[in-house]
Amino acid sequence: MVKTCVICDAARAVLKRPKTGQQICKECFYHVFETEIHHTIIDNHLFSRGDKVAIGASGGKDSTVLAHVLKTLNGRYNYGLDLFLLSVDEGITGYRDDSLETVKRNQQQYDLPLKIVSYEELYHWTMDEIVKEVGLKNNCTFCGVFRRQALDRGAAMLDVDHIVTGHNADDIAETILMNILRGDTPRLQRCTEIVTTGESLIRRSKPFKYTYEKEIVMYAYFKKLDYFSTECTYSPNAYRGYARTFLKDLEAIRPTAILDIIQSGEAFQIKTEVKMPVQQTCVRCGYMSSNELCKACVLLEGLNRGLPKLGIGKTERLRKQHNLQVSEKPVITETAW
Amino acid sequence: MATLHIDVEFGGGMELLFKNVREHKIDMPEGSNLKDLITYIRDNLMTAKQDLFVMNDTVRPGILVLINEADWELCDGIEYKLEDGDRIIFISTLHGG
Repeated sequence: MVKTCVICDAARAVLKRPKTGQQICKECFYHVFETEIHHTIIDNHLFSRGDKVAIGASGGKDSTVLAHVLKTLNGRYNYGLDLFLLSVDEGITGYRDDSLETVKRNQQQYDLPLKIVSYEELYHWTMDEIVKEVGLKNNCTFCGVFRRQALDRGAAMLDVDHIVTGHNADDIAETILMNILRGDTPRLQRCTEIVTTGESLIRRSKPFKYTYEKEIVMYAYFKKLDYFSTECTYSPNAYRGYARTFLKDLEAIRPTAILDIIQSGEAFQIKTEVKMPVQQTCVRCGYMSSNELCKACVLLEGLNRGLPKLGIGKTERLRKQHNLQVSEKPVITETAW
Repeated sequence: MATLHIDVEFGGGMELLFKNVREHKIDMPEGSNLKDLITYIRDNLMTAKQDLFVMNDTVRPGILVLINEADWELCDGIEYKLEDGDRIIFISTLHGG
Protein backbone atom coordinates (compact mmCIF):
# COMPACT_ATOMS: atom_id res chain seq x y z
CA MET A 1 0.00 0.00 0.00
CA VAL A 2 1.49 3.32 -1.03
CA LYS A 3 1.21 6.16 1.45
CA THR A 4 1.47 9.82 0.57
CA CYS A 5 3.76 12.35 2.21
CA VAL A 6 1.96 14.32 4.93
CA ILE A 7 3.99 17.43 4.19
CA CYS A 8 3.71 17.88 0.41
CA ASP A 9 0.66 15.65 0.00
CA ALA A 10 1.99 14.58 -3.40
CA ALA A 11 4.95 12.23 -3.40
CA ARG A 12 5.18 8.69 -2.02
CA ALA A 13 6.19 8.55 1.65
CA VAL A 14 9.45 6.68 2.25
CA LEU A 15 10.15 7.32 5.91
CA LYS A 16 8.34 7.39 9.22
CA ARG A 17 10.04 10.04 11.34
CA PRO A 18 10.94 8.68 14.78
CA LYS A 19 10.68 12.16 16.28
CA THR A 20 7.16 12.96 15.10
CA GLY A 21 5.68 9.81 13.58
CA GLN A 22 5.09 11.73 10.33
CA GLN A 23 5.20 9.83 7.06
CA ILE A 24 7.22 11.82 4.58
CA CYS A 25 8.71 11.62 1.10
CA LYS A 26 12.37 11.79 0.15
CA GLU A 27 12.50 15.47 -0.81
CA CYS A 28 10.55 16.62 2.25
CA PHE A 29 12.80 14.43 4.41
CA TYR A 30 15.94 16.10 3.06
CA HIS A 31 14.36 19.46 3.69
CA VAL A 32 13.24 18.87 7.29
CA PHE A 33 16.44 16.99 8.19
CA GLU A 34 18.73 19.77 6.95
CA THR A 35 16.51 22.57 8.23
CA GLU A 36 16.34 21.15 11.76
CA ILE A 37 20.13 21.01 11.90
CA HIS A 38 20.26 24.58 10.61
CA HIS A 39 17.92 25.64 13.44
CA THR A 40 20.05 23.78 16.01
CA ILE A 41 23.09 25.68 14.75
CA ILE A 42 21.34 29.06 14.76
CA ASP A 43 19.39 28.69 18.02
CA ASN A 44 22.51 27.65 19.93
CA HIS A 45 24.77 30.22 18.25
CA LEU A 46 27.25 27.48 17.42
CA PHE A 47 29.27 29.49 14.90
CA SER A 48 30.28 33.03 14.09
CA ARG A 49 30.98 34.30 10.61
CA GLY A 50 34.57 33.67 9.61
CA ASP A 51 35.05 30.76 12.06
CA LYS A 52 37.48 28.06 11.06
CA VAL A 53 35.70 24.79 11.83
CA ALA A 54 37.21 21.31 11.87
CA ILE A 55 34.83 18.40 11.31
CA GLY A 56 36.02 15.37 13.29
CA ALA A 57 35.89 12.82 10.48
CA SER A 58 36.15 9.09 11.06
CA GLY A 59 34.76 7.96 7.72
CA GLY A 60 31.72 6.52 9.54
CA LYS A 61 28.10 7.41 8.89
CA ASP A 62 27.72 10.25 11.39
CA SER A 63 30.76 12.28 10.45
CA THR A 64 30.23 11.65 6.73
CA VAL A 65 26.67 12.96 6.94
CA LEU A 66 27.88 15.85 9.14
CA ALA A 67 30.47 16.89 6.55
CA HIS A 68 27.88 16.70 3.78
CA VAL A 69 25.23 18.65 5.69
CA LEU A 70 27.60 21.35 7.00
CA LYS A 71 29.02 21.89 3.54
CA THR A 72 25.47 22.17 2.18
CA LEU A 73 24.21 24.52 4.91
CA ASN A 74 27.32 26.70 4.80
CA GLY A 75 26.58 27.30 1.12
CA ARG A 76 22.80 27.59 1.43
CA TYR A 77 22.67 29.97 4.40
CA ASN A 78 26.00 31.66 3.84
CA TYR A 79 27.41 31.00 7.34
CA GLY A 80 30.81 32.16 6.11
CA LEU A 81 32.64 29.19 7.67
CA ASP A 82 36.00 27.85 6.66
CA LEU A 83 35.53 24.06 6.89
CA PHE A 84 38.19 21.37 7.36
CA LEU A 85 38.15 17.62 7.80
CA LEU A 86 40.20 16.42 10.78
CA SER A 87 40.91 12.73 11.24
CA VAL A 88 42.74 10.75 13.87
CA ASP A 89 44.77 7.74 12.82
CA GLU A 90 44.88 5.49 15.86
CA GLY A 91 47.06 3.01 14.05
CA ILE A 92 44.62 0.09 13.88
CA THR A 93 45.43 -2.13 10.93
CA GLY A 94 42.42 -3.32 8.97
CA TYR A 95 40.12 -0.80 10.57
CA ARG A 96 41.34 2.76 10.71
CA ASP A 97 43.55 2.48 7.65
CA ASP A 98 40.46 1.42 5.66
CA SER A 99 38.21 4.08 7.12
CA LEU A 100 40.82 6.77 6.40
CA GLU A 101 40.55 5.80 2.74
CA THR A 102 36.87 6.76 3.01
CA VAL A 103 37.81 10.09 4.57
CA LYS A 104 40.24 10.72 1.70
CA ARG A 105 37.43 10.10 -0.79
CA ASN A 106 35.18 12.45 1.23
CA GLN A 107 37.90 15.08 0.94
CA GLN A 108 37.58 14.87 -2.85
CA GLN A 109 33.79 14.60 -2.83
CA TYR A 110 33.26 17.63 -0.59
CA ASP A 111 36.33 19.54 -1.68
CA LEU A 112 37.47 20.20 1.89
CA PRO A 113 41.06 20.29 3.16
CA LEU A 114 41.98 17.22 5.24
CA LYS A 115 44.37 16.92 8.19
CA ILE A 116 45.25 13.54 9.67
CA VAL A 117 46.99 13.31 13.06
CA SER A 118 48.27 9.96 14.21
CA TYR A 119 48.84 8.43 17.62
CA GLU A 120 52.21 7.44 16.31
CA GLU A 121 53.35 11.03 15.75
CA LEU A 122 51.69 12.40 18.91
CA TYR A 123 52.41 9.59 21.38
CA HIS A 124 54.93 7.37 19.57
CA TRP A 125 52.56 4.46 20.13
CA THR A 126 50.02 3.04 17.70
CA MET A 127 46.92 1.24 18.99
CA ASP A 128 48.28 -1.97 17.48
CA GLU A 129 51.36 -1.59 19.68
CA ILE A 130 49.31 -0.57 22.72
CA VAL A 131 47.10 -3.65 22.38
CA LYS A 132 50.23 -5.80 22.31
CA GLU A 133 51.16 -4.31 25.69
CA VAL A 134 47.82 -4.06 27.45
CA GLY A 135 45.71 -6.74 25.77
CA LEU A 136 42.08 -6.38 24.81
CA LYS A 137 40.67 -5.43 28.17
CA ASN A 138 41.47 -1.77 28.71
CA ASN A 139 42.56 -0.79 25.24
CA CYS A 140 39.41 1.31 24.65
CA THR A 141 40.40 3.52 27.60
CA PHE A 142 43.72 4.36 25.94
CA CYS A 143 42.07 4.93 22.61
CA GLY A 144 39.31 7.16 23.97
CA VAL A 145 41.61 9.34 26.08
CA PHE A 146 44.17 9.70 23.32
CA ARG A 147 41.59 10.40 20.63
CA ARG A 148 39.95 13.25 22.46
CA GLN A 149 43.29 14.92 23.00
CA ALA A 150 44.49 14.14 19.47
CA LEU A 151 41.48 15.94 18.01
CA ASP A 152 42.33 19.02 20.06
CA ARG A 153 45.96 18.88 19.06
CA GLY A 154 45.07 18.45 15.40
CA ALA A 155 42.68 21.39 15.67
CA ALA A 156 45.46 23.51 17.19
CA MET A 157 47.74 22.60 14.28
CA LEU A 158 45.05 23.71 11.85
CA ASP A 159 44.53 26.85 13.93
CA VAL A 160 40.77 26.32 13.99
CA ASP A 161 38.30 27.93 16.40
CA HIS A 162 35.89 25.07 16.61
CA ILE A 163 35.62 21.28 16.35
CA VAL A 164 32.31 19.68 15.43
CA THR A 165 31.68 15.99 16.00
CA GLY A 166 29.00 13.67 14.68
CA HIS A 167 27.57 12.63 18.07
CA ASN A 168 23.88 12.06 17.45
CA ALA A 169 20.83 12.01 19.73
CA ASP A 170 21.15 8.25 20.25
CA ASP A 171 24.82 8.58 21.28
CA ILE A 172 23.99 11.33 23.76
CA ALA A 173 21.05 9.42 25.27
CA GLU A 174 23.35 6.38 25.66
CA THR A 175 25.99 8.48 27.39
CA ILE A 176 23.40 9.93 29.76
CA LEU A 177 22.24 6.42 30.70
CA MET A 178 25.84 5.28 31.21
CA ASN A 179 26.69 8.25 33.41
CA ILE A 180 23.56 7.74 35.51
CA LEU A 181 24.29 4.04 35.97
CA ARG A 182 27.85 4.85 36.98
CA GLY A 183 26.86 7.76 39.20
CA ASP A 184 29.28 10.01 37.35
CA THR A 185 27.74 13.41 38.04
CA PRO A 186 30.43 15.64 36.52
CA ARG A 187 30.13 13.83 33.21
CA LEU A 188 26.36 13.66 33.46
CA GLN A 189 26.31 17.45 33.49
CA ARG A 190 28.82 17.86 30.70
CA CYS A 191 27.51 15.21 28.34
CA THR A 192 24.28 17.03 27.54
CA GLU A 193 25.92 20.34 26.69
CA ILE A 194 25.81 21.10 23.00
CA VAL A 195 28.96 23.24 23.20
CA THR A 196 31.93 22.73 25.51
CA THR A 197 35.20 24.57 25.78
CA GLY A 198 38.36 22.99 27.06
CA GLU A 199 41.65 24.44 28.16
CA SER A 200 42.70 24.93 24.57
CA LEU A 201 39.83 27.40 24.10
CA ILE A 202 38.80 25.49 21.02
CA ARG A 203 35.05 25.11 21.12
CA ARG A 204 33.56 21.68 20.58
CA SER A 205 30.01 21.14 19.52
CA LYS A 206 27.51 18.52 18.44
CA PRO A 207 25.20 19.81 15.71
CA PHE A 208 23.48 16.37 15.63
CA LYS A 209 22.54 16.51 19.30
CA TYR A 210 18.84 16.27 18.42
CA THR A 211 19.23 14.21 15.25
CA TYR A 212 18.14 10.59 15.33
CA GLU A 213 20.55 7.93 14.20
CA LYS A 214 17.80 6.36 12.11
CA GLU A 215 17.45 9.55 10.09
CA ILE A 216 21.22 9.92 9.69
CA VAL A 217 21.46 6.41 8.28
CA MET A 218 18.42 6.92 6.03
CA TYR A 219 19.84 10.22 4.80
CA ALA A 220 23.18 8.57 4.00
CA TYR A 221 21.37 5.74 2.24
CA PHE A 222 19.04 7.88 0.12
CA LYS A 223 21.81 10.34 -0.77
CA LYS A 224 24.14 7.41 -1.50
CA LEU A 225 26.86 8.90 0.67
CA ASP A 226 30.12 7.03 0.82
CA TYR A 227 30.74 5.85 4.39
CA PHE A 228 32.66 3.14 6.16
CA SER A 229 30.92 0.67 8.44
CA THR A 230 33.06 -1.94 10.10
CA GLU A 231 33.32 -2.58 13.78
CA CYS A 232 36.70 -1.77 15.29
CA THR A 233 38.89 -4.88 15.28
CA TYR A 234 39.67 -4.37 18.96
CA SER A 235 36.14 -5.06 20.16
CA PRO A 236 33.60 -2.38 20.96
CA ASN A 237 33.08 -0.75 24.32
CA ALA A 238 31.02 -3.37 26.15
CA TYR A 239 29.39 -1.03 28.64
CA ARG A 240 28.17 1.30 25.91
CA GLY A 241 26.83 -1.78 24.13
CA TYR A 242 24.47 -2.54 27.03
CA ALA A 243 23.22 1.04 27.16
CA ARG A 244 22.74 0.96 23.42
CA THR A 245 20.75 -2.28 23.37
CA PHE A 246 18.52 -0.95 26.14
CA LEU A 247 18.00 2.34 24.29
CA LYS A 248 17.17 0.60 21.00
CA ASP A 249 14.60 -1.57 22.83
CA LEU A 250 13.03 1.58 24.27
CA GLU A 251 13.02 3.24 20.86
CA ALA A 252 11.22 0.26 19.33
CA ILE A 253 8.40 0.75 21.85
CA ARG A 254 8.36 4.55 21.84
CA PRO A 255 10.66 6.43 19.47
CA THR A 256 10.45 9.70 21.38
CA ALA A 257 12.21 8.00 24.34
CA ILE A 258 15.56 9.14 22.94
CA LEU A 259 14.69 12.83 23.02
CA ASP A 260 12.94 12.37 26.38
CA ILE A 261 16.15 10.98 27.91
CA ILE A 262 18.15 13.92 26.55
CA GLN A 263 15.63 16.32 28.03
CA SER A 264 15.79 14.57 31.39
CA GLY A 265 19.59 14.62 31.24
CA GLU A 266 19.54 18.36 30.61
CA ALA A 267 17.19 18.90 33.53
CA PHE A 268 19.47 17.21 36.10
CA GLN A 269 20.80 19.70 38.62
CA ILE A 270 23.69 18.84 40.89
CA LYS A 271 23.32 20.24 44.42
CA THR A 272 25.66 23.15 44.91
CA GLU A 273 27.23 21.61 48.02
CA VAL A 274 28.43 18.61 45.99
CA LYS A 275 32.14 18.98 45.44
CA MET A 276 33.00 18.77 41.76
CA PRO A 277 36.49 18.27 40.36
CA VAL A 278 38.23 21.52 39.51
CA GLN A 279 39.62 21.87 36.02
CA GLN A 280 43.33 22.57 35.92
CA THR A 281 46.20 22.25 33.50
CA CYS A 282 48.43 19.22 33.14
CA VAL A 283 51.90 20.12 34.43
CA ARG A 284 53.49 17.98 31.75
CA CYS A 285 51.64 18.67 28.51
CA GLY A 286 49.46 21.67 29.30
CA TYR A 287 46.24 19.91 28.38
CA MET A 288 43.14 20.40 30.54
CA SER A 289 42.94 17.97 33.43
CA SER A 290 41.20 17.42 36.74
CA ASN A 291 44.55 16.39 38.25
CA GLU A 292 48.11 17.56 38.21
CA LEU A 293 48.88 15.09 35.45
CA CYS A 294 46.30 14.54 32.73
CA LYS A 295 44.94 11.09 31.97
CA ALA A 296 46.77 10.85 28.65
CA CYS A 297 50.12 11.59 30.33
CA VAL A 298 49.49 8.99 33.07
CA LEU A 299 48.58 6.37 30.48
CA LEU A 300 51.56 7.28 28.35
CA GLU A 301 53.91 7.14 31.33
CA GLY A 302 52.61 3.66 32.07
CA LEU A 303 53.24 2.52 28.51
CA ASN A 304 56.73 3.99 28.39
CA ARG A 305 57.71 2.46 31.73
CA GLY A 306 56.30 -0.94 30.88
CA LEU A 307 53.53 -0.51 33.49
CA PRO A 308 50.50 -0.26 31.23
CA LYS A 309 48.03 -0.66 34.14
CA LEU A 310 49.20 2.59 35.70
CA GLY A 311 46.25 4.69 34.60
CA ILE A 312 43.57 2.02 34.67
CA GLY A 313 40.97 1.58 37.40
CA LYS A 314 41.87 1.55 41.08
CA THR A 315 45.61 1.74 40.99
CA GLU A 316 46.47 4.18 43.73
CA ARG A 317 48.94 1.80 45.34
CA LEU A 318 50.71 1.14 42.08
CA ARG A 319 50.88 4.84 41.35
CA LYS A 320 52.24 5.67 44.80
CA GLN A 321 54.88 3.03 44.37
CA HIS A 322 55.99 4.62 41.17
CA ASN A 323 55.80 8.10 42.50
CA LEU A 324 52.94 9.37 40.44
CA GLN A 325 50.39 11.54 42.17
CA VAL A 326 46.76 11.00 41.48
CA SER A 327 43.65 10.04 43.22
CA GLU A 328 41.18 9.99 40.47
CA LYS A 329 38.28 7.88 39.45
CA PRO A 330 38.52 5.39 36.62
CA VAL A 331 38.08 7.18 33.39
CA ILE A 332 34.99 6.85 31.27
CA THR A 333 35.65 7.14 27.63
CA GLU A 334 33.50 8.19 24.77
CA THR A 335 34.01 5.84 21.91
CA ALA A 336 31.39 7.03 19.48
CA TRP A 337 32.32 10.08 17.52
CA MET B 1 2.76 -22.95 -6.37
CA ALA B 2 4.29 -19.85 -7.85
CA THR B 3 7.61 -18.54 -6.59
CA LEU B 4 8.39 -15.00 -5.49
CA HIS B 5 11.76 -13.66 -6.58
CA ILE B 6 13.05 -11.35 -3.90
CA ASP B 7 16.15 -9.15 -4.06
CA VAL B 8 17.77 -8.81 -0.67
CA GLU B 9 20.54 -6.36 0.17
CA PHE B 10 22.57 -5.87 3.33
CA GLY B 11 24.27 -2.58 4.18
CA GLY B 12 25.79 -0.47 6.94
CA GLY B 13 28.09 -3.31 8.00
CA MET B 14 25.43 -6.06 8.02
CA GLU B 15 27.01 -7.60 4.95
CA LEU B 16 29.81 -8.77 7.25
CA LEU B 17 27.38 -11.28 8.73
CA PHE B 18 26.89 -12.66 5.21
CA LYS B 19 30.45 -13.30 4.07
CA ASN B 20 30.69 -9.70 2.95
CA VAL B 21 28.14 -10.29 0.16
CA ARG B 22 25.74 -7.37 -0.10
CA GLU B 23 23.24 -8.61 -2.66
CA HIS B 24 21.35 -11.88 -2.58
CA LYS B 25 18.54 -13.32 -4.70
CA ILE B 26 16.09 -15.39 -2.70
CA ASP B 27 13.06 -17.36 -3.87
CA MET B 28 10.16 -17.61 -1.47
CA PRO B 29 6.90 -19.52 -1.84
CA GLU B 30 3.84 -17.49 -2.72
CA GLY B 31 2.01 -16.14 0.32
CA SER B 32 5.19 -15.57 2.33
CA ASN B 33 5.53 -12.49 4.46
CA LEU B 34 8.57 -10.56 5.63
CA LYS B 35 8.78 -12.60 8.79
CA ASP B 36 9.10 -15.79 6.70
CA LEU B 37 11.89 -14.17 4.69
CA ILE B 38 13.77 -13.13 7.82
CA THR B 39 13.47 -16.64 9.25
CA TYR B 40 14.64 -18.09 5.94
CA ILE B 41 17.69 -15.81 5.89
CA ARG B 42 18.56 -16.65 9.49
CA ASP B 43 18.29 -20.41 8.89
CA ASN B 44 19.88 -20.60 5.45
CA LEU B 45 22.31 -17.74 4.93
CA MET B 46 23.87 -17.51 8.37
CA THR B 47 26.27 -19.86 10.03
CA ALA B 48 27.03 -17.77 13.12
CA LYS B 49 25.96 -14.69 15.09
CA GLN B 50 22.27 -15.15 14.22
CA ASP B 51 21.39 -13.03 17.24
CA LEU B 52 22.97 -10.00 15.58
CA PHE B 53 20.24 -10.22 12.96
CA VAL B 54 17.17 -11.76 14.58
CA MET B 55 15.87 -11.21 18.10
CA ASN B 56 12.46 -12.23 19.47
CA ASP B 57 11.21 -13.22 16.01
CA THR B 58 11.96 -9.87 14.42
CA VAL B 59 15.10 -8.06 13.31
CA ARG B 60 17.25 -6.81 16.14
CA PRO B 61 16.32 -3.26 17.18
CA GLY B 62 18.62 -0.81 15.43
CA ILE B 63 18.48 -2.56 12.05
CA LEU B 64 16.60 -0.48 9.49
CA VAL B 65 14.49 -2.28 6.92
CA LEU B 66 13.43 -0.83 3.58
CA ILE B 67 10.79 -2.40 1.38
CA ASN B 68 11.13 -1.15 -2.18
CA GLU B 69 13.04 1.92 -0.97
CA ALA B 70 10.53 2.77 1.76
CA ASP B 71 10.80 2.44 5.56
CA TRP B 72 9.13 -0.82 6.59
CA GLU B 73 7.34 1.03 9.38
CA LEU B 74 5.15 2.45 6.60
CA CYS B 75 4.25 -0.98 5.20
CA ASP B 76 2.98 -3.32 7.94
CA GLY B 77 6.53 -4.12 9.14
CA ILE B 78 7.14 -7.78 9.81
CA GLU B 79 3.66 -8.78 8.54
CA TYR B 80 4.24 -7.29 5.09
CA LYS B 81 3.13 -9.72 2.37
CA LEU B 82 5.91 -10.25 -0.13
CA GLU B 83 5.32 -9.66 -3.83
CA ASP B 84 7.29 -10.95 -6.77
CA GLY B 85 10.23 -8.65 -7.56
CA ASP B 86 10.31 -6.97 -4.13
CA ARG B 87 13.56 -5.44 -3.03
CA ILE B 88 14.23 -5.71 0.70
CA ILE B 89 17.17 -3.89 2.28
CA PHE B 90 18.55 -4.37 5.78
CA ILE B 91 20.85 -1.63 7.08
CA SER B 92 22.66 -1.81 10.37
CA THR B 93 22.93 1.37 12.40
CA LEU B 94 25.07 -0.31 15.01
CA HIS B 95 28.44 1.00 13.95
CA GLY B 96 30.21 4.02 15.32
CA GLY B 97 30.67 6.87 13.02
